Amino acid sequence: MATSVNTERLEVLKTYKIYIGGQFPRTESGRYYVPLNKSGKKLGNLCLSSRKDLRDAIEIARNAQGSWSARAPFNRGQILYRMAEMLEGRKAQFIEELIAQDATRQQATREVNESIDRLIYYAGWADKYQQVISSVNAVSSAHFNFSIGEPMGVVGIIAPQSNSLLGLISVMAPVIAGGNTCVIVASYQKPLCSVTFAEVLNASDLPGGVVNILTGKPEELISWMADHLDVNAIIYCEKNQPTIQLIQEKAAGNLKRVLLYDAINWNTNEAQSPYYIQDTQEIKTTWHPIEKTGSGGSKY
Amino acid sequence: MAVKKSNNTLKLQFDTSRQYAPAPESASIASIKSRYELFINGAFVAPTEKKYFNTINPATESVLSSVAEAGKKDVDKAVVSARTALNKYWKKMPGKERAKYIFRIARMIQERAREFAVIETLDGGKPIRESRDFDVPTAANHFFYYAGWADKLEYAFPNRKVQALGVAGQIIPWNFPLLMAAWKIAPALATGNTVVLKPAESTPLTALKLAEIIQEADLPPGVVNIITGAGSTGAAIVQHPDINKIAFTGSTDVGKIIQRAIAGSSKKATLELGGKAANIIFEDAPLDQAVEGVINGIFFNQGHVCCAGSRLYVQESVYKIVLQKLKDRLETLIVGDPMDKNTDIGAINSKQQLETIQKYLQIGQKEGAEMYQSSCALPKKGFFCRPTLFTNVAQSSRIAQEEIFGPVLAIQTFRTEEEVIEKANNTPFGLSAGVWTDKGSKIFNMTSQLKAGVVWANTYNKFDPASPFGGYKESGFGREGGLHGLSAYVHLI
Repeated sequence: MATSVNTERLEVLKTYKIYIGGQFPRTESGRYYVPLNKSGKKLGNLCLSSRKDLRDAIEIARNAQGSWSARAPFNRGQILYRMAEMLEGRKAQFIEELIAQDATRQQATREVNESIDRLIYYAGWADKYQQVISSVNAVSSAHFNFSIGEPMGVVGIIAPQSNSLLGLISVMAPVIAGGNTCVIVASYQKPLCSVTFAEVLNASDLPGGVVNILTGKPEELISWMADHLDVNAIIYCEKNQPTIQLIQEKAAGNLKRVLLYDAINWNTNEAQSPYYIQDTQEIKTTWHPIEKTGSGGSKY
Repeated sequence: MAVKKSNNTLKLQFDTSRQYAPAPESASIASIKSRYELFINGAFVAPTEKKYFNTINPATESVLSSVAEAGKKDVDKAVVSARTALNKYWKKMPGKERAKYIFRIARMIQERAREFAVIETLDGGKPIRESRDFDVPTAANHFFYYAGWADKLEYAFPNRKVQALGVAGQIIPWNFPLLMAAWKIAPALATGNTVVLKPAESTPLTALKLAEIIQEADLPPGVVNIITGAGSTGAAIVQHPDINKIAFTGSTDVGKIIQRAIAGSSKKATLELGGKAANIIFEDAPLDQAVEGVINGIFFNQGHVCCAGSRLYVQESVYKIVLQKLKDRLETLIVGDPMDKNTDIGAINSKQQLETIQKYLQIGQKEGAEMYQSSCALPKKGFFCRPTLFTNVAQSSRIAQEEIFGPVLAIQTFRTEEEVIEKANNTPFGLSAGVWTDKGSKIFNMTSQLKAGVVWANTYNKFDPASPFGGYKESGFGREGGLHGLSAYVHLI
């Protein structure tokens, strides 16, 4: 018999898995890693996602893209708002995870609050950015001519390593508000709240496959992501020069758009604007002739 | 003249003995020097290595002029002069003053429009009617349009401060030499950048004429530098460490090389690359208009157009009649002397390009497609190609997948909207597309589902300075024209 009996209730530890197509599978590779915080405490057994996981996620994101972009922008806004609601309800859990990942309680509380607000900010943009970035163009001939934004398609995101929750949300929200789908590689050292955030996504009426979140080593996955022909754009948020060069070189394979968000303070309002939505939009211009009758004619 | 056919459709009768009398434009309006130097720092200077190359008239194969070949040292001189001009003049100049210089350039092009048109046609082989009515006026308008933006940039980017990128290296193709120069230079200057521009080696003359205008317009020396040369000159521009921005129009292959070459540098890029546009005719389309649009879509500028409608999709129910109309119309196209105002299809831009097109004609036949060409006679000298249709084309065929950049149309059929959207989007390119139907809701379904940067509905190959142009996917990135074209040349703070 043990000399002392612990009478307190044993804590149930959480299993952190990845998020692909609205499901929470383990990595197909069976690999894991154990991130430590600064005081050396193990954060958990996290999935060390493989190239195969990445490819699966990209394929699923591609399949989800058509119907996501076809949804009413108003509906996309409601889903983003629902995410904020879900996050608000689970604030305490995110704060604890951020604290486990070395934040002070004050920092953690602030990051979660700002994350919620950022989701709401983009929820509001979903049905408005088009009016801001589009134009009716005064051409000289008798044509109706207008330009609008359309989603680029599938966006690969290497999330900010330091602001593991707010950074991820700040990069993800404008991408999906604009009708893209994405595959996100979460912060390597601070992965906990990215996985918990996937649970928020899953409870937010977000269709499976619109956002896919992998944990693992960015340097293992970046090169495959930049190579992949079904990725239209790639967002990288660090200052690592060799990695930037690698991404840009490989991106040339199918002329991916490369966005470098490496000098952004995610805690400030500079990290949010409709310009971030525009970054993953293609501008499409449409022409149609205008019939001429009478002497007045018509013009747009 | 229209003749009533037994199947109750009207058919144009072309077997008439009446011929158009030649209506040649006079070449004497153009003053072309026997030799052109590099335009650097406001002056025409000889190339360091004293190398020159000839530019010829592709319609006659005669030499027009000898043009300087810029080497690495010349590129460096041009970049240094652009950097100096940026810091010394252009950065400090208020937008409204920059605007006036650009307006001035627009006006001077208009004043010398006829000369520009003649030189464009002599040097590039395009019909004089197109250079006169399209290339030159559109180029002048482009300067005029962007001039007005120079002092209004804060309205284009709300809540942001606008800063010029710096020195822009610009490399342009041979299909619309003056117009592409305008598309590149005008927005760059309006946003406060300085420029090093390289025209294509086969069509340098109108850009050099533009250099003369820029000199006459008293633009501060070095704000625009125009240097001639071939691929190695372009590579030296792309690799130059003191260039902040690369703007390139050309092939997708070269675009990819450029994206790789500038990887890891802080250079920004816009790439306007190849295309393989689908032009789609539905059974409810006004067929005669559609046929006219298809002809214009593929034979405009000999098909040397990145947004050419080179894949035609015809709904099965009207395939036969559309094909007959196309063949009839093909017969009426006048192929020959580009300087003749009656000419519809001029000379292929270069021998090399003619060989590329001919290679594709063979590939198409080898792959089992059926070739149909106009029966027109071709001039004995010069580089010419008959307007060509291919039927029985497989979706996987190279003539349906690869950019030919010539007067060659690959025709396929379809049954449903879903099918044609799938087929039209099944290409790595995404520059442009065309739709012909009389049904409004179908137009908007199609134009929103086609993955292309420019979609023409019931029209084709229309361009305007106010209208953004540029591609999705492997047709490049960035837009030229309109408000959206400004983004390519600014930092937002």
